[in-house]
Amino acid sequence: MQEGRILTATEVNRDLLRPILETPKWFWPAIAVCVVILLIAAVTVGYMINRGLGITNLNRPVVWGFFITNFVFWIGISHAGVMLSAILRLAKAEWRRPATRAAEVLTIFSLMTAMTMPIIHTGRPWRIMYWAFPYDFARGIWPNVRTPLIWDPSAILTYLTSSTLFVVLALVPDFAVLRDRTTGIPHQIYSLLSLGWQGNPRQWKLQIIAGVLLSALILPVFVSVHSIVSWDFGMAVAVKSWHSTIFAPYFVVGAVHSGVSAVAFVLILLRWAYGWQAYIRHEHIDALGRLLVVVATGWFYFFVMEVIFGIYGREADEIAVRALQFTIWPISAWTVIFVVTTYFIPVALWLSRSARRNLWIMSIACISVNIGMWLERFLIIVPGLANRQVFTFTWNMYSPSIPEIIIVTATFALVTMLMLLFSRVFPLVPLYDIKEGDILKTEVQIGRRVVPATYRED
Amino acid sequence: MAKRPLLGLFNDANSAADAGDALKGAGISENDYDFLTDAPYPEGAFGEREEKHRLYVFPFIGAILGLTSGIMITSLTQIAYPMVTGGKPILSLPPMAVICYEGTMLGAILFTCLGIIFESRLPKPKLGLYDNRITEGVIGVLVNTDESQHGQVEDLMNRSGAIEVKGET
Repeated sequence: MQEGRILTATEVNRDLLRPILETPKWFWPAIAVCVVILLIAAVTVGYMINRGLGITNLNRPVVWGFFITNFVFWIGISHAGVMLSAILRLAKAEWRRPATRAAEVLTIFSLMTAMTMPIIHTGRPWRIMYWAFPYDFARGIWPNVRTPLIWDPSAILTYLTSSTLFVVLALVPDFAVLRDRTTGIPHQIYSLLSLGWQGNPRQWKLQIIAGVLLSALILPVFVSVHSIVSWDFGMAVAVKSWHSTIFAPYFVVGAVHSGVSAVAFVLILLRWAYGWQAYIRHEHIDALGRLLVVVATGWFYFFVMEVIFGIYGREADEIAVRALQFTIWPISAWTVIFVVTTYFIPVALWLSRSARRNLWIMSIACISVNIGMWLERFLIIVPGLANRQVFTFTWNMYSPSIPEIIIVTATFALVTMLMLLFSRVFPLVPLYDIKEGDILKTEVQIGRRVVPATYRED
Repeated sequence: MAKRPLLGLFNDANSAADAGDALKGAGISENDYDFLTDAPYPEGAFGEREEKHRLYVFPFIGAILGLTSGIMITSLTQIAYPMVTGGKPILSLPPMAVICYEGTMLGAILFTCLGIIFESRLPKPKLGLYDNRITEGVIGVLVNTDESQHGQVEDLMNRSGAIEVKGET
């Protein structure tokens, strides 16, 4: 598992700080493209607020469509941070080192992007203050804390705050490196951010404990966040195919599946964009691929169980929704595409070692997973709501409108832009983590072979 | 006499540890010298003192405060304007538990972060005697002693393999 050579501190600093100390040629054009997409989306959102939600195709009975699908999708992506950073840190997996910060930062920006979706979806976003903020703005009426729609912001803001603090604390030693490498205003800013970090044994000991302790504290939050988001659907009695107890673990495992795939793809992009072949190696992508086989299979189990639980009760409405999902064109076609892209194509690829080590194949597999997982959320939300009820005037099918497509596309541009801007001012691979890995590496003679080994502290 | 710092710079952990042993052998208190590195070394790698801390108290205090806040928000707000929704009771443990749980975790994490900064003795207004090469992999041994001992300490560090020993300018 240790395919790279030991790097000197100077090499690590030079390579990992290059995106900050020098600007790649492609950087500003990439930002410009993202900004253009975001401006178009901003105009669209403004037009939607002015004209009302009627310009989308959201209407009775499908009142949740692209926006809520996208909300759940980005919450799912955000789960990769904790999966890779916290769980692998607690398991002392050495291969986590180059991946943790990119995953944590993707978590933060995914959460921020996800939060914009229900806010835009309200049509009158300023009313969120009256509905969700814990204060009685009028007539002594407080937010209803018994609804999942209020649990959502409490869980998401807890997760966002925790993840942000986790990243900022872990960045302090790297701010110190930047403080020592810069002059002028950047030096003053990094000096402030580094809090006077010297790197003495007490500070390092607490930094390591911080990583482990915060990982242990964030993990329960990670499980709770997507469970609570799933309860936006699972607690709804009226919509058949939603009211299922399996939704919480199903959504959490699905989130890990899509999130880790997204991080794997981001790591491949970073390796290519910044020339980090010595840091993000084939062994890391290989390890992620093997993890994903397990996660994907767990997800597939929950998916099958969700369908079986729904059908087993033989309720007419539930059977009707399943019929809509699996037999009625074009929903049935999307269902097939979703299952194939989420599970069968990627897992078939990941079972091969050479495929896991081929970055093109891994990129295709990871993108396939995220296409499929986006469709999964769409196929949970829309067919459930589109199920025909008693009143015939509510019989309607949903198809996305241009404004919805623009706004959803812009969320990808937003996350990309935020990640790029972050990489311009802060290192996306933790310097001290890489250096620590090199310090702890050794070689052990076993018989005729010399094998790489790592010292692990308890 | 007032204590003044001296900073010895070493290229590798072995020579830095040798310097630590030499300082200990010369009777300099463990609390008067420190090792500055750009990455965490295994605990005790330099023979340094054991660092005691009370970090684990912070998450407990934060959790209790968070739980209390969660209980107050969920119960007092609903009692303030009791509105029956879906025929369900005003105060009920399962829905309250979700926000209480989130409050508990948020309190624990916030206080843990505060505790880490506090126990790390940060923020430090002045960096003090330091060298930028420390973040390039050089190991610094920072010694605080009386000026009368500076000559002896400098000699010890040079004999242990220091590439440079410098004082405050």
